[in-house]
Amino acid sequence: MIMFLMRRLCQAVLVMFIISVIGFAIQGGLGDPVQQRLGPAATEAEATTLRHSLGLDDPLWVQYLAFANDALHLDFGHSYFFHEPALGVIARYLPATLELVAASAVLTLLLSVPMGVFCAIRPRNWLSQTLMGLSVIGISVPVFLTAMVLIQIFSIGIQVTLFPADSGWGHWLNQLFSIEGGMPAYGRGNPIHVVGVWYTNFASLQGLLYLLLPALSLALVMLPLFVRLIHAEMLEVLETDYVKYARARGLRPSRIYFLHALKSTLLPVVTLGGVQIGTLVAYTLLTETVFQWPGAGLMFLDAIERADMPLVVAYLVVVGLLFVVINTLVDLLYRMLNPRVTLSGRAA
Amino acid sequence: MSLEIRSSATVWRRFRDSHFLYRLRRNRRAQVCLALFVLIMASVLLTPWIAPSDPYDLAQISLLDSELPPFWIAGSEPAHLLGTDAQGRDLLSSILYGARVSVAIGFGAVLLQSVLGTALGLLAGYRGGIVDALLMRLADIQLSFSTLMMAIIIGAVVKAAFGGAFYGDYSVVILILIIGLSEWPQYARTVRASVLAEKRKDYVDAARVLGFPSCRIMWRHILPNTLSPIFVLSTVQVANAIMAEAALSFLGLGMPETEPSLGSLIKSGFDYLQSGSWWITLLPGLFLVTLVLIINLLGDWLRDTMNPRLHKG
Repeated sequence: MIMFLMRRLCQAVLVMFIISVIGFAIQGGLGDPVQQRLGPAATEAEATTLRHSLGLDDPLWVQYLAFANDALHLDFGHSYFFHEPALGVIARYLPATLELVAASAVLTLLLSVPMGVFCAIRPRNWLSQTLMGLSVIGISVPVFLTAMVLIQIFSIGIQVTLFPADSGWGHWLNQLFSIEGGMPAYGRGNPIHVVGVWYTNFASLQGLLYLLLPALSLALVMLPLFVRLIHAEMLEVLETDYVKYARARGLRPSRIYFLHALKSTLLPVVTLGGVQIGTLVAYTLLTETVFQWPGAGLMFLDAIERADMPLVVAYLVVVGLLFVVINTLVDLLYRMLNPRVTLSGRAA
Repeated sequence: MSLEIRSSATVWRRFRDSHFLYRLRRNRRAQVCLALFVLIMASVLLTPWIAPSDPYDLAQISLLDSELPPFWIAGSEPAHLLGTDAQGRDLLSSILYGARVSVAIGFGAVLLQSVLGTALGLLAGYRGGIVDALLMRLADIQLSFSTLMMAIIIGAVVKAAFGGAFYGDYSVVILILIIGLSEWPQYARTVRASVLAEKRKDYVDAARVLGFPSCRIMWRHILPNTLSPIFVLSTVQVANAIMAEAALSFLGLGMPETEPSLGSLIKSGFDYLQSGSWWITLLPGLFLVTLVLIINLLGDWLRDTMNPRLHKG
């Protein structure tokens, strides 16, 4: 246990070191700050003085140490665009992202568990066949396309004119297949203030409406992976002796499936959830772009467009830290759920 | 001369009697996928000759034709089968040219990552020790960030460091580098695993006793025996690379709109979704999904064919 934590700590330090070097490199790579401050008319002597006072004639490693020291004190400098500390900007944008991720995680869980279990216990059913077929297609659909299709269907609406509109039944069929649309698909609406920088979408019906389409598209993209995994694991578990024994004892099928079998199915789901956290962040970036959801991902992309270096660096550090923490937590959780795994080896 | 003819005949016979062709004959889905794949690849290769018009050629574009719908909707024109975009460019031609860019980047990135990953995987597996530990730690870290996030981070850093203009000029090369560099761990892990299994075998010991240098043993003896998993992985990786490129382009970290890939076509069409011209963005999207799906299905089938013991759940 201690060994595992030590190993993880080393890895975390290594990751953060690499990220900080990258951050340092891009922060330094942007133009010449001396010329920017003094303008073209400055004399050589003035430039030298300023360069010295800014510490720019120090060796690179001294400059890096200064940068790392600031970073350790949570000081990434001021954002060029917002004119306030970079971390503060990120803290302001983070709740929106976290709410989006939380909502889609809940949706994914609520949808994938029943689907996966159903597909495993009724493999010949037409619904399971359809679901498994859709999951194959779903893996090949990029998240921004899912989001756009959802926008087209539920926000813009579909006007069907396939049937002849002059006859009564044609008009009726057109009406039947047309979809009104009208769901909000842009931004967050007016989230309600909770505390500090946290404004929530969960507290009002209107907020939930704004949240629905982005969360749904994120969930629909994660769904195929989880359905397939739960399905595969469930098939395996149903063949084990303890499930057969439970059947022989005459327990109710629902109890066997959802209590006995599902419990051991959830183990790999937790691992997959941990492994997928990076993918989830990337998908969240894409979803936020489509829906203009004012979260940390959208802020990061805007910062790149504006070459707002302190913000870019701060975001990279925050995301890196998030990954390291979540990966460690998932490994610990895995151990708690499955006592057979020892963490001292390469169990992770 | 006669030797060459005979050898090509033998190759043909070996192909005709192979397990591969036997499995292909018995699998309808694989046949359909392969046919579609060949069709798409052929049309992508021959795009300049078969496309109805050249979307880059300003002389062939008329603004009067802008936002025409595809052929099954009233108001379409037969000259533009799949309609036109907001600048009046023929959508079918744009999709073909865009797919050309996407496929080129996909194959280029897979070539880079397979060469890089295979070399590092061979090295890690054969040498072991500190080299192995270091490389695999790096691979672990990169994989824990997920390859797509890795690509976005590298893309963002490159764009932030060199500026948008530079990025736009060399975007094909940059994208190949980004996707190649972010996905090498997949290959390195696969190759390392098979090298670890191979290097215990007698033929490697024999080669070592004969005094061959390690490079030669790795290259001539071990590598040929690890090729089949590499080949299987490559199919799926091409699909992944095309998806990654589309995602990067959609985020504005990919191909510029002057030389669009499928991803940038989707991105530029997105602005017109609200005005009712859904085809500008959803048709390239449909093409992208079809392409990726076909490659993924082929990859699945190839994995089952090459390794019958491995069976998916």
